[in-house]
Amino acid sequence: MNRPDTNAPAEQIAYANLLFYGCWSGLALMIVTYFLYVTGIMDPYVSMELVTKFWSQPVGEYLTQNNVPTGWGWATLLNKGDFLNFIGIALLGGLTIICYIPIIFAYLKKKDMAFAIISLLEVLVLCFAASGIVGGGAH
Amino acid sequence: MKLNKTWMRILGGVGLAALLLATLAWADNNTDIANEAAKQMAEATGSPSSMPWWAWPTILLFFCFVLGIIAVLAGVGGGVLFVPLVSGFFPFHLDFVRGAGLLVALAGALAAGPGLLKRNLASLRLALPVALIASSCAIVGAFLGLALPGNVVQICLGGTIMGIAILLLTSKNTARPVVTKQDALGLALGINGAYMEANGEIVEWKTHRTLPGLLLFIIIGIMAGMFGLGAGWANVPVLNLLMGAPLKVAVGTSKFLLSITDTSAAWVYLNQGCVIPLMAIPSIIGLMMGSFVGVRLLAKAKPAFIRYMVIGVLLFAGGKALAKGLGF
Repeated sequence: MNRPDTNAPAEQIAYANLLFYGCWSGLALMIVTYFLYVTGIMDPYVSMELVTKFWSQPVGEYLTQNNVPTGWGWATLLNKGDFLNFIGIALLGGLTIICYIPIIFAYLKKKDMAFAIISLLEVLVLCFAASGIVGGGAH
Repeated sequence: MKLNKTWMRILGGVGLAALLLATLAWADNNTDIANEAAKQMAEATGSPSSMPWWAWPTILLFFCFVLGIIAVLAGVGGGVLFVPLVSGFFPFHLDFVRGAGLLVALAGALAAGPGLLKRNLASLRLALPVALIASSCAIVGAFLGLALPGNVVQICLGGTIMGIAILLLTSKNTARPVVTKQDALGLALGINGAYMEANGEIVEWKTHRTLPGLLLFIIIGIMAGMFGLGAGWANVPVLNLLMGAPLKVAVGTSKFLLSITDTSAAWVYLNQGCVIPLMAIPSIIGLMMGSFVGVRLLAKAKPAFIRYMVIGVLLFAGGKALAKGLGF
């Protein structure tokens, strides 16, 4: 009788390795950028006084009163301390998409079409969410 | 050993005290009074609070550190405690709390993922089909949550939190469910695997009732996106009790799954401007650090009491959110 294989498949290990380095890089980046922000080394776009004034208000109010961009608008304001923090956050948000790319090819190589398609569809779903194409009715 | 026990008592005490104080404060409706006072002060002085800007993020960092320890010991994800407690006791609007809650749940899941995948306790073959359904629906849930009126979301959140507490109280997971015959869908997708226990025993597993299990993730995904919660509390019973995955695989796959589901919802909140770095980053870092300490304590702790306390707090928090939504 064959002994069942308890080792994780190669594509699973590849995914895990990418996730490990990406996750810790993202967290390290967040700590550094937050330090630059709260110590005042980099000036914020929205002052601390205004953030604390509006964080108890609905998001729409906060955005309008402080002229804060939505979607990927933050990417144009990376010279500001508060928006610089979005690099680490976006890295955490984009990590799963990055991890999926190699496994699509791994499944294609194994001729496992069902999982290759599932993985591809997942990338499309996550890219759609990240794109900000569809706007919600934030109140 | 002795030192560990002392630390465990100290940290447990701090955690209990924090939650007890928070609960009492809530019970006394102090937040409403505090909010009213802050509002009056803001009107009078033009400043929202007498506290300096760094006070709330600092308090949040320590609060989330304690929350991270308790969440691990109680076996729940960080988001499920974070959203009701932070929205109740901190001055942040629910929109920002849900955005931070998703990032907290996402960071925790991303950090846990590599270890679980490498030890084969999280299975890509089980997670990928489930994740596709849950993450698509989480986007829908996130839009619903942001579009619905605040009081409706509060009512739904209250009901959900109370439901989670009851689920935690009543669900009896099975370590190794018996799956005599794999169903056609599970077989076609090759959803099976094997892992090794600490004693060297090899556990083989496969799923049954795969289709109803997958369909339930439509609801789970919507709720995760709508309330900014990680949905581990719902994933585990479905994977374990319904689909027949061993408990360790269900827990491991559920945790990994959150890294995918929460990604889609987190982007929606991020794109809608619901992430304020000043409060989101300390939440993530505090909860991550607390989780690391909690995992170290977990091996030695017998957290039955903490689990029951968390259930009590969730019931209370859910009831409060429900009452707030209904205008009481």
